[in-house]
Formats: sequence, structure tokens, C-alpha cells
Amino acid sequence: MEKCYHCGDDCTSTIVDFDEKKFCCNGCKTVYEIFSTNNLSYYYDIETSAGATPNIVEGKYDFLDTTDISEKLLEFKDTNIQIINLYIPHIHCSSCIWVLENLNKLNQHISNSQVDFPKKTVRISYNPESISLKEVVLLLTHIGYEPTISLEDYNNPKKSTNNTLLYKLGIAGFAFGNVMFLSFPEYFDLASSAKNGGEFWLNKYQDIFRWIMFAFSLPVVFYAAQNYFISAYKGLRSKLLNIDVPIALGILVLFLRSTTEIILQWGPGFFDSLTGLVFFLLLGKFFQQKTYSFLSFERDYKSYFPIAVTRILPNKKEETAPIHDIKKGDKILIRNEELIPVDGVLISPISRIDYSFVTGESEPVTKVSGDKIFAGGKQLHSAIEMEALKTVSQSYLTQLWSNSIFKTNKTSRFQSITDSIGKRFTIGVLSIAFLATLFWLFYNPSMALNVFTAVLIIACPCAIALASPFTLGNMLRIYGKNKFYLKDTYTIEQLAKIDTVIFDKTGTITTAKKSTASYEGYSLTKEEEALLKNTLRSSNHPLSRSLYSMLSEQNIVTLDAYEEHLGKGIIGTKENATIKIGSASFVKNTSTKDAKNTSVHISSNDAYKGRFIFKNEYREGVSNLFSKMSKTLKLAILSGDNSGEKSRLEKLLPKLTPLYFNQKPEDKLEFIKSLQDQGKTVMMVGDGLNDAGALAQSNVGIAISENVNVFSPACDGILDATKFQELYTYILVSKKAMNIIKWSFLLSLLYNIVGLYFAITGQLEPVIAAILMPLSSISVVAFTTIATNFLGKKLR
Amino acid sequence: MSVIYVLLTISIIVAILFFVAFIISVKNGQYEDSYTPSVRMLFEDELVVKTTKEKTPKINPTK
Repeated sequence: MEKCYHCGDDCTSTIVDFDEKKFCCNGCKTVYEIFSTNNLSYYYDIETSAGATPNIVEGKYDFLDTTDISEKLLEFKDTNIQIINLYIPHIHCSSCIWVLENLNKLNQHISNSQVDFPKKTVRISYNPESISLKEVVLLLTHIGYEPTISLEDYNNPKKSTNNTLLYKLGIAGFAFGNVMFLSFPEYFDLASSAKNGGEFWLNKYQDIFRWIMFAFSLPVVFYAAQNYFISAYKGLRSKLLNIDVPIALGILVLFLRSTTEIILQWGPGFFDSLTGLVFFLLLGKFFQQKTYSFLSFERDYKSYFPIAVTRILPNKKEETAPIHDIKKGDKILIRNEELIPVDGVLISPISRIDYSFVTGESEPVTKVSGDKIFAGGKQLHSAIEMEALKTVSQSYLTQLWSNSIFKTNKTSRFQSITDSIGKRFTIGVLSIAFLATLFWLFYNPSMALNVFTAVLIIACPCAIALASPFTLGNMLRIYGKNKFYLKDTYTIEQLAKIDTVIFDKTGTITTAKKSTASYEGYSLTKEEEALLKNTLRSSNHPLSRSLYSMLSEQNIVTLDAYEEHLGKGIIGTKENATIKIGSASFVKNTSTKDAKNTSVHISSNDAYKGRFIFKNEYREGVSNLFSKMSKTLKLAILSGDNSGEKSRLEKLLPKLTPLYFNQKPEDKLEFIKSLQDQGKTVMMVGDGLNDAGALAQSNVGIAISENVNVFSPACDGILDATKFQELYTYILVSKKAMNIIKWSFLLSLLYNIVGLYFAITGQLEPVIAAILMPLSSISVVAFTTIATNFLGKKLR
Repeated sequence: MSVIYVLLTISIIVAILFFVAFIISVKNGQYEDSYTPSVRMLFEDELVVKTTKEKTPKINPTK
């Protein structure tokens, strides 16, 4: 099979030869032509077949000509320069970067374009006097880099990144390095006194060294570490002893004791440990903060909906209107492949709407004039007219987002492992500190305060606070390499606690790409098979396409006649043989209602032959995965589809797996809620907008995606569909990761015990603290990194 | 021995200079996209080579 020179797909039906190269379609050939005439054919040398087939829909971007709308999208606007930031999902290799940064070679009015590869965005500056925003977008579309412009982009083109943590880390690291440097003389006891062999001049100038260290520690305590104080204060106010309480206490005591020491000239203080502690803690936070900038976990319907639609005015004129302006009674034009933005009534005679994303129904639905159609469906074939019944925010689908579950933050609903340890730890440390102080008060009162502060300093749970971010942060990266993208480290903790897993059916355990069909009826002759295949070749209907790829190879012949009856079927004629392919009513003139199965009927020369019955194709290893999971976890299927596949599912899945059909989005949400009320920790695996409520309600909501760059609803994690069968392994690995954390808690406790020995006996020298603290942190970090990498090796 | 003041001042000034450089680089967005520049620096001249119709050896900067 020939591969297309541009996009790398198999050349199935037609091969276009051009310039000694093979192309799968004219679209791909055109892009090649554009590139080669503009001296950009180096594109194909960097990375072979990196392109995408351009998919041009007439009039799709007309709304960009409306200034009200385009203004909301622009990042910068002036009379002769405009800047726009566009999200292009297809950006995936160095060829893409190269060609998009050379856009000015394709159009001279584009002055500059810069790609942000991790975010998959391109920032284009152009001269609006000679090229409009619509033309820029069309140019991109014509070379196969179609940007995604959705309702989400409306009103917020600028997303500022938060660099505070970087600044804090910079300050803490800067201060840590300098303070370490300045306390070197003290470490080697050079400053003790001239009599003890210390250096005279260091002894003489020790005050200046100490006060500079004090100055360096000020921004660390009051700026870099401020979040620990805030968090500890918040925790205490809500009567919670989180891990930040002992940390904040440690930092405060370190700072106060060190300052007192240098004021009263008792000693050098612990500024090195103080700055080091904050630096390591912030480093842990930084490491934990792994975000997949090209994925979004917060999406709602807005990133799926278009910005504008075509409204038909009473005087039959068309205009582009922002979606929020659509009112009840407006007439709207929906083009091929466009999304229906509001609930309404169909005016056109017939339409086929794909609701798979909203309801989970696998097959497009045919609606006729006067039928009610719901927002979220995608119109297939030709354009339709409809009348709006509601506004966008009041539509059936979008109302799901008014549920309160979308407004609560998941992380605040549960307590993390570090915080639950923190409670016991704080109580333990405080009681040790008070007991030791009590002892010294009787034994030698002058040491009491020294011991009290020393215990709080040395017990500061730096290593404990680092164990979780480094283990989970590294796990996040390992999962990411294995195509399991989680929102945050907190999700891993929840993943380890899962005891119930709920699956959606359509798109989750079935694939969207493939479906199988079986033939029922009289067998077809050779000639009929050839005619069938050749007739299907001309049709663009999804069912024709998939049936075409399933049938065996036939010689390509030109048909004498070909007719396509929209929403009904197709007729092909060759010499004196005629074949009819399509719905039952079209082929047989009788409408047999078999709604549960999708079938394509065939008749040859008006004699009924039989039908192809389409079935959902289940993902590879579904049966295996379910039987493995059912041993330790409770499973269930929650489908928005009808029960047509019930018997097949029952065969495929372990016995007594509960199956629920015809579930509305709210039903799914309520189902998860009721399980949680029974004390279950629930994981929801879904794919579409109809699962959005359930994904938000569940403890861990995982979205399955065939292509992670395309839309997935708000969730805690996105799993690449190819890794679906690994799901159980990932859950097991998360449990092991939690064990690693527990082991590193133990490790850091050992260091604390050693430190406490010095503290309680009143021997805590600054140099001991300066050695113990980084040592415990580094060994915990090393342990967790090695252990998690070991786990990661097992995954592959 | 008051040269120590001079030495300390110099060392702290140098440290602060680097720190300021860091802050400026964060402000300029150098840490926002740490991948694309690494690919971009390998390009630049390809266009010229192609217009003269010379065969260029295939390079693959991502691998």
C-alpha cells in the first residue's frame, strides 16, 4: 500500500500523482504544491509525512470578519499590527515548528510567527490593513494547520502564567548559597578566638558576616516562606494540624533563635539551615507542579462550542452572531460538521445529527422537520436551518454545569497523606519538646529554652514534606511517559484508594474508529460484490466508508450511474445491474423497526439480498482487564446508549457485572454520588460531555481519549486509548507509590531521632543542623527518585 | 584587613547581579517554553539551501 507523501496515510481509494510523489487526496497534494512553490519543501526533509489533510469547510470562519468577535480574540491590536495567539492541535514535530515560523514566506503581510511547542500555540503578528484575521486563519487551514477557536477563547485571550513560585525559589536558592558561603568560617571554628588558633581577622569581623546572613534570611522568611505561614494559620483556624504547622513553627523558631543569638552574640545562629530548609521545601513544590501545558483538565462545554453561528434575519439575510446573543425564536443556519449550540426545533426537512459526544449514543440520529433537537449534537451532511427555543446557558446540555459539583474544588474535599501524618507528627514533636524542656527546667534551667527551640528546629519535618512531592511528582512524569496524564499529584493519592470503578460504554470501552459488521441474508455473487464495493466507493457517508474498508479488494470500475439519496441510501448502476444500499425503508420499501442495531440493507436489481449489521467494536483487552480488576475492585457499566449490546457485554465481562443503560448525564452523577454516600471511593472512566458530571463527582475521573490533543471533558486525568488495558496496572502502581512515601517517612523519622538526640541533650551546634537537614532531605529525595524510577521500569 | 569589606561587597554585588539576571529572564518568559527554542536553533538557513535546489542531508532535530 502506498503511503501519502504529505500526511502518511494509506492511499486507499484514489492515488494522486504529482511531482513524482504519491498523495492520498487532492487536499494533501495542494498543500505540497503550496510548500514547494514557496520554497518550503524542506518541511518534508525534517520529518517525513508530518502533514495533515486540510479540511476546508466553506464559511466556517466568516465570524472572524465581525469586529466584535475578532477583537475579543486578539492579544494586541493597533492600526498596522495585530497579534493573535492560536491553538493548533496538529503541532506535533519539528517540521510543524519550522513551517509555522516561516509563515511570512507564504504571506508577506505576516511579519512574525512564533510557536510554543509544549502549549501547541502559534503567536502571529500581521498587518491588518493588508490581511484580515480570517485570511490568516484560512491560510493556516489551507496548509493543514487548522486552529481551534472555541467559546473558551472568547473574552480571555491572555492567560498569564504564575511565576511566583519561580521567584520564591530563586530568592531562597540565592540566599541559601550566599549564607552557606558566609557561614563557612564558623563551620571550621575559625572564628572562635585568636587564642584557640582561630583566625584573628575573621574573629574580628564575625559580626559583619552574621548580620549579612541575617539580611539574606529576611526575604526568605517573609517572602519565600510566606505560604507556609498562611497555610498553617488557615489550618489552625479550621482546627486542622496540617504538615505546614510544624514547618511554619520550625521556620519561625529558627529565625527568632538565630536573631537572638547574633544580637546577644551567643553564636552564629542557624541561618544556613533556615534558608536551606525553605529552598528544599520550595524545590519539592516546584517538582510537584508538573503540568501538561498542552492538555486542559478544566474544560467545560465552552471549549467545545463555537464562538459564533450564522443567524438568518427575517429579511432572509444572513449575519454572524456571537453565541451568547442567540435568543429564543432566532433562526440559525448550521453547516455541515457544525455543532448545534442551543436547543431548538428543526426547520429543514431532514437532518442527521451525531449525538455521540453528548448522550453516548453510538449512531447518528435522523431528525425530520418539526423535531426537537438538543444542543451539543453535530450536524452531518449539508446545512440545516433551525429555530432556537432556549439560550445557550439554558440548554439541556449546558445546564449540567450549573450543578454545584462543578464549583467545588476536589482537593479541598479530602486530606492528603502528608497532612494526615502531619497531625500525629506535630503532636509528637510538641510533646517531646515540652517534656525535654520540663526535664531541663529542673536539671539546668539555663538550658531549657535552648533545648526547647533546638527540638522544634531539628524536628522540622522538611524530609517528610519532601517525600510526597518528589515521589508523586516523579510518578506523574512516569505516568505521563506511559500516556496517562494526571492533573496533579493529589490524584495519585486518590487513585491508590480506589475500590469501585465505573465505566462508560460508548467511546470508553468501545472504540470510536473501528466497527465490525456481519452479513445476514442471501450470499452475493462476484459481480454483485464488485458493484457493491464500487458503489460504496463514491459515498462519503460514515457507514459506507467503514463498510467499504471491510469488504475485500475489487477491481475499480466506473459506474454508469450513481445516485445518493440523503439520509436514505445510495444506488449504483453498471450495465444492466443495479444495486441499492441503505436503510430498510429505502431498500425494501418497508420500514422494519430494529432500532437497537444499526444495519445497512442491500438489494440487487430490486431483489432483496440481505443486510450488514454493525456492531460496536470493543477495545482490545477489555475482557481481560475487567476480569483482572473484578478480583479486587467493584465494577459497573453506566451507558447513555440503549440496551442493544446487553447480551454481548454480558458475555464479554465477568459474571454479575452490573450494567445500566439509558443513563442521562444527571443520572450518572447521582449514581456516583450514591456510591460515595455508601462510603465507596469511586473512579469514573468516561469520554464525553455526558460523563462530565460523573467525572467531576467521582474521586478520580479519568477521560479516555483517542487523541489527547482533541477535546476531553473536565477530569482528573486523561488516558490515551492505546493504553486502556494498562489501567489496572496503573492503579496498582499508584498503591506502590504510596508505600514508597510511607517508607521515606520512616527514613526521615530516623534522621529526626538522631537529630532529637542532639537537641534533647542540648548539644545542637549550628554545624550539626546544617549537616543533618540537607542530608535527610537529599537521602529522602534520592530514595524516592530511585524507587519510583524502579517502579516506572516495571511499567514498560 | 578592612579589605574584607571590599571583598564581601564585591562578592555580594556579583551574586545580586546574577539574581537580577534570573528575575529578568523569568519576567521575559524564558521559562514558559523551554522546548521550542532548542528545536528552533537548529533551523534558520534551510530556506536558502532549498532555493538553490541543492540536496540537503536529512537531519532530524527531534531525535
